[in-house]
Amino acid sequence: MPLTQQDIDAEIAAEHAAYARRVADGAPVEHHPRRDYAPYRSSALRHPRQPPVTIDVRRDPELVELRSPAFGERDLSAVDDDLTRHHHGEPIGERITVSGRLLDRQGRPVRGQLVEIWQANAAGRYAHRREQHDAPLDPNFTGVGRTLTGPDGSYRFTTVRPGPYPWRNHVGAWRPAHIHFSLFGPAFTQRLVTQMYFPNDPLFRYDPILQSVTDDAARQRLVAVYDHGLSVPEFSLGYRWDIVLDGPDATWIEEGR
Amino acid sequence: MTTTDPGGPGTALPTPSHTVGPFYGYALPFPGGGDIAPLGHPDTLTLRGYVYDGAGDPLPDAFLELWGPDPAGNVPDVDGSLRRDQATGGHLGRNGVEFTGWGRVQTDADGHWYARTLRPGARGRSAPYVSVCVFARGLLTHLFTRIYLPDDEAALAADPLLSRLPDARRDTLVAARERDGVYRFDIRLQGEGETVFLEFA
Ligand SMILES: [Fe+2]
Repeated sequence: MPLTQQDIDAEIAAEHAAYARRVADGAPVEHHPRRDYAPYRSSALRHPRQPPVTIDVRRDPELVELRSPAFGERDLSAVDDDLTRHHHGEPIGERITVSGRLLDRQGRPVRGQLVEIWQANAAGRYAHRREQHDAPLDPNFTGVGRTLTGPDGSYRFTTVRPGPYPWRNHVGAWRPAHIHFSLFGPAFTQRLVTQMYFPNDPLFRYDPILQSVTDDAARQRLVAVYDHGLSVPEFSLGYRWDIVLDGPDATWIEEGR
Repeated sequence: MTTTDPGGPGTALPTPSHTVGPFYGYALPFPGGGDIAPLGHPDTLTLRGYVYDGAGDPLPDAFLELWGPDPAGNVPDVDGSLRRDQATGGHLGRNGVEFTGWGRVQTDADGHWYARTLRPGARGRSAPYVSVCVFARGLLTHLFTRIYLPDDEAALAADPLLSRLPDARRDTLVAARERDGVYRFDIRLQGEGETVFLEFA
């Protein structure tokens, strides 16, 4: 029997109900997906069964994980943050400006850190050889960008809005439109890879990857907001998305938490 | 999109993690990603291994990031891992002189990865190790582990992490010496011989 959307919907609902019961019984809010999340079939053989071993960083301030690799101007080229200018012609699609701030759990700006993004083109096709979706490639769009955060933790990209695309988790599976983000903080423990979504996408409820974040408020934090103030007249529509890195850094020790 | 935690002033709620998916390959890896050691450095070592899933099959679509101190135990503060050519926008590769301490390596179609880096020095109370972060399609949140080197038994015995693990689990964190300067470190995501993964709090 091929796996249908209805099967996946039922599994997603069961996972949400199980999470609601855990919280009602006093378990903490889960900000991140569980690695063992059956509706996303690829997780089945790729999640550890043993619980992680916890390292209390306050007991050893010298841990290399409390520091982070450095990135600088020579790691970027001039138009890396403008994905519409990586080829001779203009890419097809709705031009967008995506901007926000990179913050830590204390709400402080994370400065001078590397932000990398990748995405499908406006038709929902990645410029990747393994991509089998038969939507057209755009010779003027690769879909890879990089930048460093500014003194206030801000980042900004110019790109085109990616299209949704089908995948083979189950029959009729479609990913909502999204941009992949990779982020570094002042500590390697704060490393984050995630995806940014666009507001009001009708595919949200059907997508086991987004729904793997079972906490409603946490899931909402993956969705950018339309920001008319960021829109560039006669050029692009603006989306604002702030990113908060989890995990301890060296200042947790100084402040004694 | 709210980032303010009503439960505590001045605190922000974290952005959830997501899988890297299958298509990071044309975005995140870069030429020379695993050539972390400066050219000709006498303390260069080669690390290599496989990443396996719960069925024992190697993963062709995973990548690792390695992060470690220099042989004196100092943490590098040097950029330039991803140097770019300002004329073409392409990758220049590392300059072969400076040590950034950080690298990114993909598994190949056989699930094999390798990197050349400098032998890490000890820091604090820990035995020498290289920090590892594992990403893969199917992995909703990355995984941290460590590669300890097998050469100094006394240091390993005194290590605060290793010393609180049962022997079988501890051994998943210690690389096997294959020959001078070459070490094997396999990562098993699930099941028998499952690698010890870490969380930091
Ligand atoms: Fe994607």
